[in-house]
Amino acid sequence: MISFRNVTKIYQTGSQPIVAIEDVCFEVKEGEFVSIVGRSGAGKTTLLKLLLAEEKPNKGSIFFEEQDIHRAKSGTISHFRRRLGAIFQDYKLLPHKTTFENIAYIMEVMGHSKEEVLANVPEVLELVGLTERANNFPKELSGGEKQRAAIARALIHKPKVILADEPTGNLDPYHTRDIIKLLDTINQMGTVVILATHNKNIINKLGKRVITLEEGKIVRDEERGRFIL
Amino acid sequence: MFTNFKRIFNSGWRNFKRQSGFSLATIVIMTMIVSLATLVFLLQKTSQSLIEDLEASVDLRVYFEEDLSTEELMDIREELARVPEIKSVEYVSREEALHGFTARHKDNPVIMESLEEVGTNPFLASLNINAWEPAYYGSIAGFLENSAFSEIITKIDYTQKAPAIERLFSITSAISQAGLILGLVLVLVVMIIIFNTARLAIYNSKEEIEIMRLVGASNWFIRGPFLVQGVLCGLLATLIALLLFSGILYYISPKLEVLSPGLNVFAFFINNLFIILGIQLLAGVGLGILSSALAVRKYLRV
Repeated sequence: MISFRNVTKIYQTGSQPIVAIEDVCFEVKEGEFVSIVGRSGAGKTTLLKLLLAEEKPNKGSIFFEEQDIHRAKSGTISHFRRRLGAIFQDYKLLPHKTTFENIAYIMEVMGHSKEEVLANVPEVLELVGLTERANNFPKELSGGEKQRAAIARALIHKPKVILADEPTGNLDPYHTRDIIKLLDTINQMGTVVILATHNKNIINKLGKRVITLEEGKIVRDEERGRFIL
Repeated sequence: MFTNFKRIFNSGWRNFKRQSGFSLATIVIMTMIVSLATLVFLLQKTSQSLIEDLEASVDLRVYFEEDLSTEELMDIREELARVPEIKSVEYVSREEALHGFTARHKDNPVIMESLEEVGTNPFLASLNINAWEPAYYGSIAGFLENSAFSEIITKIDYTQKAPAIERLFSITSAISQAGLILGLVLVLVVMIIIFNTARLAIYNSKEEIEIMRLVGASNWFIRGPFLVQGVLCGLLATLIALLLFSGILYYISPKLEVLSPGLNVFAFFINNLFIILGIQLLAGVGLGILSSALAVRKYLRV
């Protein structure tokens, strides 16, 4: 479903180029839950940014359902992104929209009718336990609530893949457990989940595939992996 | 299509309401620009009408021999009216000249007494010439001196009036030059304000645009609400400027009329309301669209 083929990403900042990802190859099959682990600066976030077409690779190519996403015309990138759901460490909720509107926004972007929006959004809000917070703005939500709202937004349009970049980075252990449980449930419903994290407990408890990055290279890729650095 | 349009409009309207502080700041800046545009228009139009009044009050008088008949003078008048530089020629008979003089000086006994002592009508018939431009008077005077009627002309008062006419000419050209410079300065100020408004909008919306892009919104779906917000600010700024000018002009118009009789700025404002409204809408809404488009463009490069 997703395939990284000899991908290299170099950032040209300052005097010295920084190699963020070097010659990375891996595949993700339908229904998989893949965790990407590594120290800060190992290249986890860059990997997800490349997959979201936020960055372009210097070498190699990335395929999503047989389509080279960096060869797509610039107008079609927005269409491609609608097939993914993304969760970020800093939530990235629209500050001037309520929880309801933030989640409904994706459906509006995709051109769903008002009736569909009114039917689906409350359902997803209930799934993430935010029914009571539908009309609150992001600044009125706690960290855990914001992250659940962000997950609801990533789910609402039933994407085939969910990318989660350190989704628990700003949360306490209690909320962290909730969020991971939620991602696991989503995965069991058939959605591919790609999770980047450096939380040892999460990985060891999940017992799913783990790709370990070190200085931009894949050092381990295990079917039932553990967090080893 | 229609659903999208409605969503974009609603989203823009909501942003306008929710970001009230930002909207207010934008409206204040835009009101200033719309007011400047209106002011430039009013200044240009009123100074133009002032100049026209001044120019109309200046003329060139040509006096003719006493024994010329009215018919002969009318012939000359017709011939002069055909000269392209000449706007109009008015015939003033000896009687009319005397009448005008006594009417002007009837309160001055010394002048009236000396006039009585002369006994006869001392005034000559004249043709009063109005030129299209003050600059033409010199060449018209030259033309008359060298023309076929130079024999029957006793006096052309150009030499007496020349300094006044030249001064008027220099004043009018100075006014139009000042207007041009003022206009250029205003354009510069407006450009600076536009770019700063745009920059403000950029700081305000950078993160939002980035998020919208990442969740797959198309460029128009992102740009639309910002444009709507800009247009709403522009419309409100236009309305405020219109009310502001109506009020101020209504109040100061009588005071300006003292300065130059016949100059009614408020009446001019009302008579040209649609043109002014057009200019204001163009300035306000145009600025709103331009600054939002500039602001969004920077972050829309996918």
